[in-house]
Amino acid sequence: MNGVVASGLTDFLRSAVEPQVQVDAIGIGAVYALMAVGIGLVFGVLRLVNFAYGQLVMAGAFALAFASDRDWPVWAGVVLCFAVVIALSMAMERVVFRPLRTQSAATMLVATFAVAFLLQAIALVLDQRDDTLGEPAASLARLNLPWVIFGTDVRKITVVAIVTAAVCLLALMLFLGRTTVGLQMRAAAMDFQTARLLGVRANRVIASAVLISGVLAAIVAVMLTVQQPLVTSTFALRETIVVLAGVVVGGMNKLLSATLGGFAIGYASGLLGGALPTEQSQYLPSFLFGLVILTLLVRPAGLFTRGGGPVERV
Amino acid sequence: MRRVRTTVPLAFPVALVVATGLVGTFFERSTEIYFINALVSVSMVVALYVFVGNSGVLSFGHMSFVAVGAWTAGVLSVPVEEKPATMPSLFGFLGDTTVGNVPSLLLAALVGGVFALVAGLPLMRLSGLAAGIATFAVLEITNNILRYYEKIGPGLNVFSSVPETTDLQQAAIGAVVAIVVAFAYQVSRFGRQLRAARDDAPAARAVGISVYRQRLIAFALSGALAGFAGGLYVHFLPISVDAVYLDLTFITLAMLVIGGMTSLWGAVVGALAVSGLDSVLAEAENGLGGIDLPAGSRTIVVGALMALVLILRPDGITGGREVRVGRLLRPRPAKERAA
Repeated sequence: MNGVVASGLTDFLRSAVEPQVQVDAIGIGAVYALMAVGIGLVFGVLRLVNFAYGQLVMAGAFALAFASDRDWPVWAGVVLCFAVVIALSMAMERVVFRPLRTQSAATMLVATFAVAFLLQAIALVLDQRDDTLGEPAASLARLNLPWVIFGTDVRKITVVAIVTAAVCLLALMLFLGRTTVGLQMRAAAMDFQTARLLGVRANRVIASAVLISGVLAAIVAVMLTVQQPLVTSTFALRETIVVLAGVVVGGMNKLLSATLGGFAIGYASGLLGGALPTEQSQYLPSFLFGLVILTLLVRPAGLFTRGGGPVERV
Repeated sequence: MRRVRTTVPLAFPVALVVATGLVGTFFERSTEIYFINALVSVSMVVALYVFVGNSGVLSFGHMSFVAVGAWTAGVLSVPVEEKPATMPSLFGFLGDTTVGNVPSLLLAALVGGVFALVAGLPLMRLSGLAAGIATFAVLEITNNILRYYEKIGPGLNVFSSVPETTDLQQAAIGAVVAIVVAFAYQVSRFGRQLRAARDDAPAARAVGISVYRQRLIAFALSGALAGFAGGLYVHFLPISVDAVYLDLTFITLAMLVIGGMTSLWGAVVGALAVSGLDSVLAEAENGLGGIDLPAGSRTIVVGALMALVLILRPDGITGGREVRVGRLLRPRPAKERAA
């Protein structure tokens, strides 16, 4: 028995260090990290776990599908995607999040479920008009083609994802560190009440966080449609759930640890997907969420948080 | 008189469930299934309430106990000669054992409870978001294993040829059983200790309450009730693994929060209100009384109304309070009216 486990583990590690598996895992991690930033920013100022984030991405993907169906140029489709996602996330904030801002975490979370249901149902009605399953958004599909570098297939979208994620994170760091609104957002994330007392305007800070998180959702929508050109009403649902787990595992109280958590879970699922033997690959979610439970038990405050901080544990 | 008053929070939910069952008998089978469905939802939401309502910790994992209960009751009640058709690779004793209706429900409760106890042993140390995500991970793992492991069930197939014994009467009895157990728990010293810990954990610890142990007891009990509800569910519809996964998790949590998370009355009202609304809209999609909603619009309306209820009444329809006769009969004290 021990021998079987040991040889299985060796095989797993041997495939996990292959450059192909590594490159793909980092690509997934980059996209997940962007989603994690979008979720973590809103959590920071609102203490709200936005379950409907995946439906924002889905709405963006539908916009891209709409544009590609009408043979619009690629840039027009991307502009439409950004417009739809940003408008939708601002509307969500104004109509649902703002009135519930002071309510319990459970109420806010279930309100985002309700929004998610609503958007998913609308998408389903839109999708079923033409009696086909899903709408194709193929205008960016050529980014899925690989470059071959030293015998490793590097798909263009992987490079695009990594570069975009790096640029976005850098820009966000500069924004949070060097601008007044960024400073106010950091203050609000640390202590909302005190920040308000010191003259930070709550609505403005929240609106900026929701706006940035909407921009990130649109970027993620563009990148995910390259990998999965068929847009259905459950588009990005799976990814959102995994990222939510990753964000909590990483540590939700700091944007950096949340982002690292998103990257880590994307990377881990990429590794497991690439390196598990075929007959076990259907149990990938079990392995991944088994790791989630283990990590939470060992580091309940977050894998990437440093010392101190309130640990919610009994 | 005092005795009577303390059982009022039990009498009202039971009366509501019985009334729902009685109203259901006036309809023919095609409409009756909405009532059965609503009553099965009551059992599930009450099971969820026993843990979430009393502890204040959100659990996304309860549908895995429902699933395990459904698998137990379903696999064991399919007649032996029909098992090879849908479940060819069952373990020996699962393949050649068949139990009756009531034993299958009791076994479902037992397996659900034991599973929740084992899962809760490590997980109940966690609080807040970490607990939410950890229980969600239990759901993911359970669903993944039930989906692909064909030695313990039908895998990706639907449960066919399970005897459909969950009729209106049995669904109502099941819901009443769940309510009575939940009530007995919440007025027991365990339930009171857990509620104390929910409202003020440091104070509860200071008087010697072990928050971990109380949460674990509630988790195991609510797992058993969830397994029981899963048994009722599999005897009602030929379900598949997707029926006890994400959608059910979100809709049952939504029912609980919309009804009012911290009371048994809220759990029952929420389950009946949301499934009632959903049923009426489903009928409207088929053209009811002149209204003819386009297909698929039902979920849009349900989602919008759920958001609206939460915006208008963030603590749920019942405000998370039990029914109290005193409140109805006597004028409210001035202090409370001001608040």
